[in-house]
Amino acid sequence: MKRATSSAAENQDVAALHKTPTGVEGFDAITGGGLPRNRTSLIFGGPGSGKTVFALQTMVNGARQFGEPGIFVAFEENSRHILANAASFGWNLPQLEKKQLFFFDAKLRPDVIKAGEFDLSGMLAGIKAEADARGVKRIVFDSIDVLLTLLEDPYAERREIYRLNDWLSESGLTGIITAKSQGDYPFVAARYGFMQFMADCVVVLKLQVVDQIAMRYLQVMKYRGSSFAENEAPLVIGASGMEVADISAQTSAVEASPERVSSGVGPLDAMLGGGYYRGSSVLITGSAGTGKSILAGLFAEAACRRKERTFYVSFDENPSEVVRDLSSVGIRLGPHLKSGVLRMHSARAETFSAEVHLMNIKRIVREHQSRCMVVDPLSAIVKAGAALTAGRVAERLICLAKSEGITLLSSSLLQGAQPLSEETPVRISTIADTWIHLTNISQAGERNRALSIVKSRGMKHSNQVRELILSDEGIALADVYTAAGDVLMGTARWQKEAAEKTEQKRILAEVEHKRREVALTRAELTARIEALEQELKQKEAEAERLTGADARHKLDLVHRREGLEQSPSAKIFKKRPENSHSAGKKMTRGRRLPKGGGQ
Amino acid sequence: MIPSGDEGARRAEEKGSFVFRLYVVNEGPGSARAIANLSALCKKHLPDNHQIEIVDLLQDPRRVLSDKIVATPTLIKVSPAPIQKIIGDLSEEAKVLLALGLEQGTT
Repeated sequence: MKRATSSAAENQDVAALHKTPTGVEGFDAITGGGLPRNRTSLIFGGPGSGKTVFALQTMVNGARQFGEPGIFVAFEENSRHILANAASFGWNLPQLEKKQLFFFDAKLRPDVIKAGEFDLSGMLAGIKAEADARGVKRIVFDSIDVLLTLLEDPYAERREIYRLNDWLSESGLTGIITAKSQGDYPFVAARYGFMQFMADCVVVLKLQVVDQIAMRYLQVMKYRGSSFAENEAPLVIGASGMEVADISAQTSAVEASPERVSSGVGPLDAMLGGGYYRGSSVLITGSAGTGKSILAGLFAEAACRRKERTFYVSFDENPSEVVRDLSSVGIRLGPHLKSGVLRMHSARAETFSAEVHLMNIKRIVREHQSRCMVVDPLSAIVKAGAALTAGRVAERLICLAKSEGITLLSSSLLQGAQPLSEETPVRISTIADTWIHLTNISQAGERNRALSIVKSRGMKHSNQVRELILSDEGIALADVYTAAGDVLMGTARWQKEAAEKTEQKRILAEVEHKRREVALTRAELTARIEALEQELKQKEAEAERLTGADARHKLDLVHRREGLEQSPSAKIFKKRPENSHSAGKKMTRGRRLPKGGGQ
Repeated sequence: MIPSGDEGARRAEEKGSFVFRLYVVNEGPGSARAIANLSALCKKHLPDNHQIEIVDLLQDPRRVLSDKIVATPTLIKVSPAPIQKIIGDLSEEAKVLLALGLEQGTT
């Protein structure tokens, strides 16, 4: 696989040696190097399709970039007109005209009378002399049909075209012949039928108006001895000339990065296992008011905080509106816009075709050297022309971001009867790496935002739907409850959460109560054990007292008591404790008497 | 008003001498025809009243750009004024005469 690509590249290099770069961006890529060198190329196209611009730009680039002077033979327009028309492209034609780019006004004035057959041999001899004298390498005949009309004879037409072709191949110049055509298939016209066989390269330019928006295309119909991208390539004539969309572009030349970039939402990063991949493309879909812009804004703000140059493209809303609206949910882009880290670009979607939008985006991205990009909403491009074309533009925008290593976040509005069907009008969901879908879920009289990751290439990601909660503190993602098949969100979720909290509290209280009860019981039992032990000790002590000397002493006391009871004073002594205190004093006195009397 | 041949010649005389410049490519069949046609025309309508300069663009190719010659042959009536350019081998005599103001018997 790798070998095949490298050999293909080598072949291309060899082929490029025989090609003359036009310098028209995209065209040289499609044809693998430009127009066939020293050969004739035919450029067909209807009025206003850009034939003259293509031819002139090839001449100008030849003179300016590749050191190849050229002659522009103008059959149709006065060279003054051509110079005036091309003045806005900034090619500095008057300067070039002196040395490297020569105009030959071959327009026949209307008062010229044709009286008989004529040919171009004289003119070609003159041009050859001029080309040799000035070292000319490229030549344009614009446009041949004006001349052919004058010939008024199919045979003469053919003869002169062959003459021109022979002259071109002998001259060794790289030639461009432009011709007007009607409709998409110029070869149906007999006049040009043989021209196609004659020329080595045939390019068709088209101008179509689809849904009131002008779209231009370029198609290489034929290229002898060379491969080429054969599909129609969108074409844009912008401020600095013509640009062709490079439809042959590789999907990605940039090494895929394992680095993660924050989405700006912590919980979302967690759901994605760390954030988006650097250089990947993220698609956020959802109907109106689901919070797409907020996710986009958060991503932009996070990127700016990391000091990564960020480019924010908004459609139908100007930058100040975007900044104001996002600041209402606490996303501050203003300072970053001021510092230049953030670049904003707004356009009315319908103003230009999708191609023109893409070209503008491309120009700014390169100018600004953006690392992150937000396009909100990408679906606005659908308004800029046919849906199919817009889809292609969206694809190429993603390719552009990838090839430049830019992390792209684009949003897509879902419209139609089934806004929740998870189908994007611009079918870019297949080429986006990460697809986040936002929905509004109406339930129990309120609308809540739900976020789910539909897909995310190359990373583990949560498959759960989360509720997106916007508050003054920012954005949060809450788990949603599923109860009996219903997803609970908003108030219902809050109620459920509250109920769970109450239940939890109740359980906790119950446990505490039980714990206390047990503690109490234990204390009680312990107290009882202590009391019993105390009692036991008392009993034991009593038992001790009743044994040994105590018992003898008791006996002794008994004996003594018996003896005292027999003595005469015993009666008085016995009565004494029964008396009152005062009586006791008297008794004490009274007692002394017998004592003293006794001594 | 149908002017007669004599009238046309008289008118030409009044305007003064006719000066023609004929750009050709030598050896080209068209060029040879143009020279022959112009000579015949002059002999018939402008006897003794014309000058013809023949420019061979192969000999003098720089005159293609300076004189803005697209078709060969090209005849330029330098005088009398106004300058008139006629392309082709001049085989359509009526058209040539009309262009030169020497028209006769048309319509």
